Amino acid sequence: MSETMRGIEKLTEAEYEFGFSTDLDTDIAPPGLTEDTVRLISAKKDEPEWLLAWRLKAFSAWQEMEEPDWAKLQIAPIDYQSISYWAAPKQKPVLDSMDDVDPDIREMFDKLGIPLHEQKMLSNVAVDAIVDSVSVVTTFTETLLEAGVIFCSFSEAVRDYPELIKEHLGSVVPVRDNFFAALNSAVFSDGSFCYIPKGVRCPMELSTYFRINSMNTGQFERTLIVAEDDSHVSYLEGCTAPQRDENQLHAAVVELVAKDRSEIKYSTVQNWYPGDENGVGGIYNFVTKRGRAHTDAKISWTQVETGSAITWKYPSVILQGDRSVGEFYSVALTSKHQQADTGTKMIHIGADTTSSIISKGISAAKGQNTYRGLVKMLRSAENARNYTQCDSLLIGKKCGAHTVPYIEVKNPTAQVEHEASTSTVGEDQLYYCRQRGMNEEDAMAMIVNGFCREVFDELPMEFAVEAQRLLSVSLEGSVG
Amino acid sequence: MLHIKNLTASIGDTPILKGLNLDVGAGEVHAIMGPNGSGKSTLAHAIAGRDGYEIGGTVTLDGADLLEMVPEDRAAAGVFMGFQYPVEIPGVNNMYFLRTALNSVRRARGEEQIGASDFLKDAQEAMDLVEMKHDFLYRSVNAGFSGGEKKRNEILQMAVMQPKLAVLDETDSGLDIDALRVVAAGVNSLRGPDRSMIVITHYQRLLDYIKPDFVHVLVDGKIVKSGDHTLALHLEDHGYADFVNHDLDAAPLTGATA
Repeated sequence: MSETMRGIEKLTEAEYEFGFSTDLDTDIAPPGLTEDTVRLISAKKDEPEWLLAWRLKAFSAWQEMEEPDWAKLQIAPIDYQSISYWAAPKQKPVLDSMDDVDPDIREMFDKLGIPLHEQKMLSNVAVDAIVDSVSVVTTFTETLLEAGVIFCSFSEAVRDYPELIKEHLGSVVPVRDNFFAALNSAVFSDGSFCYIPKGVRCPMELSTYFRINSMNTGQFERTLIVAEDDSHVSYLEGCTAPQRDENQLHAAVVELVAKDRSEIKYSTVQNWYPGDENGVGGIYNFVTKRGRAHTDAKISWTQVETGSAITWKYPSVILQGDRSVGEFYSVALTSKHQQADTGTKMIHIGADTTSSIISKGISAAKGQNTYRGLVKMLRSAENARNYTQCDSLLIGKKCGAHTVPYIEVKNPTAQVEHEASTSTVGEDQLYYCRQRGMNEEDAMAMIVNGFCREVFDELPMEFAVEAQRLLSVSLEGSVG
Repeated sequence: MLHIKNLTASIGDTPILKGLNLDVGAGEVHAIMGPNGSGKSTLAHAIAGRDGYEIGGTVTLDGADLLEMVPEDRAAAGVFMGFQYPVEIPGVNNMYFLRTALNSVRRARGEEQIGASDFLKDAQEAMDLVEMKHDFLYRSVNAGFSGGEKKRNEILQMAVMQPKLAVLDETDSGLDIDALRVVAAGVNSLRGPDRSMIVITHYQRLLDYIKPDFVHVLVDGKIVKSGDHTLALHLEDHGYADFVNHDLDAAPLTGATA
């Protein structure tokens, strides 16, 4: 505990700590998006014809679509033609061992606190490290393969397991789902694929670290997780990005398929560059995350969102099978000029399905934080239940918190509960902590972490510690 | 130990403390009594360093000027305040709070951080002192506590923090007789030659359990009368009427010493 507090103290002195930029010899496509761009990406990646066709279908859909404007976000217009849609670090095509990884890249991960060269020995977490758009190195693949678990970059999966990709790609988030999902489907660069066979409990937590590293290069990750009947997997996604003056577009798609009686737990800590205190720079984060839960399956999303200038993100669960379970635990912090419009969608189709939503929104400085959630009970959702709790915490007088719950119930036996609260970090609380010897920053961190306790309890241990660090760093300067 | 000289405190244009003088020696327990609105709690906050007051005069603890310090530095200098209304901090467990507090002051003093097991031992002793059950440590700070539990928690914190100077603000308010007995026993066991205490109370009854060395009557921002514990008994019989809007020389104090 004191370890954490010391860590916090060190971090509160730091500017955006991960705001360095490693000079990789990057292979960048010229800016602009046309059908030719899509073909270029597909060709660069040696993709099969069916995947190119899929991308092109998405591209033509995207061209007919408009950016959504219903979110409570103020966004400067995005010029999609000024963005480069392909960047890959040059490297040897096949790596025999970790020693073959570009030293610059290894150094960058060291700065981020991910000592890859020690991963194998020290931790029980497999890391699929992504620098810009190409998967650099995948560890633990062998260990996982022994259990029958496939965990690899999306590109490798397309090459090695085309049938699995063909079957599931776009099965939860169709190409026409929304503007950003269509864009991603057309130009996605790489991502992760994870497959847990029938009855297998994944022997370790799977972890992917994303990193945006090239100026003006949008990142379009694609993640697909398939859990067969009676399987179990816990997946961790953690992100940092270097400091930039220009906004960077990020539009990821994550699809989860949880077959009968399986369980997928997906945890995210997101710490992309939020922009400076004047609102300059920062990542635009438009993410589509959705899972489909079959009979007796469970999908659990836990997210800690502290970064990005704009967050547009609604990890959702389609509760298709009877007795399936959906969970959403979220901490979203907006400080400086950050804006977040985030929440979830729980679509109850099966009978006796249950979902719970715990959302903690923290607004500081000039941050604007909106919870937007949909709970939908279809006619078939006999005896379905939902519990929603939305708590907002305000720090200072210039921030805002908004709660926008949508509830649609078509089955009279369904039950929906919604609770919401708004509170402020009180002078009294800070004074009390300070009288006991804590400085203002520590006191604030403690109070805010306490507010988020229910969500942090859902995170794996190492993520929980990181999440607390991130909150403290993000709150720096918002006190007093 | 503690020297308070010509202390003034006001909020906006409203003066609350109007030139208060008080000396508290090492190991002494001083009771401050007074009617509502006389400035008792303001005195406690002025010593602890709460924002929002215009402060004048001097307050020194072992020669160090407390008024120059932010609240956490005063805590590190050895000031502990028992709150009349202890604050709730949902989601933060008592043990974590207390250990962070203790290690914060230790760090400020350049002392070593206390490890988890040593801390737990100290906390256990402190809990026995105020008759708290073990699960108490793992509950959120004051959240959902009864009035009695909150006050016992303050004494528990004092026991762990081992302050040089404890200022207990209406620690007896809202306590039933059993809780009062427990709290008072806790306070008494923490008395010692190196620890001074200021016990602020509205009622004499607390002083049946905590025998002060000195009693001061605070009226309208000033100490108008000081004496030994018998002064408290006088107040019990006569109330504060003798000191409010009266010529003090005419107050019938003879009964107090009789």
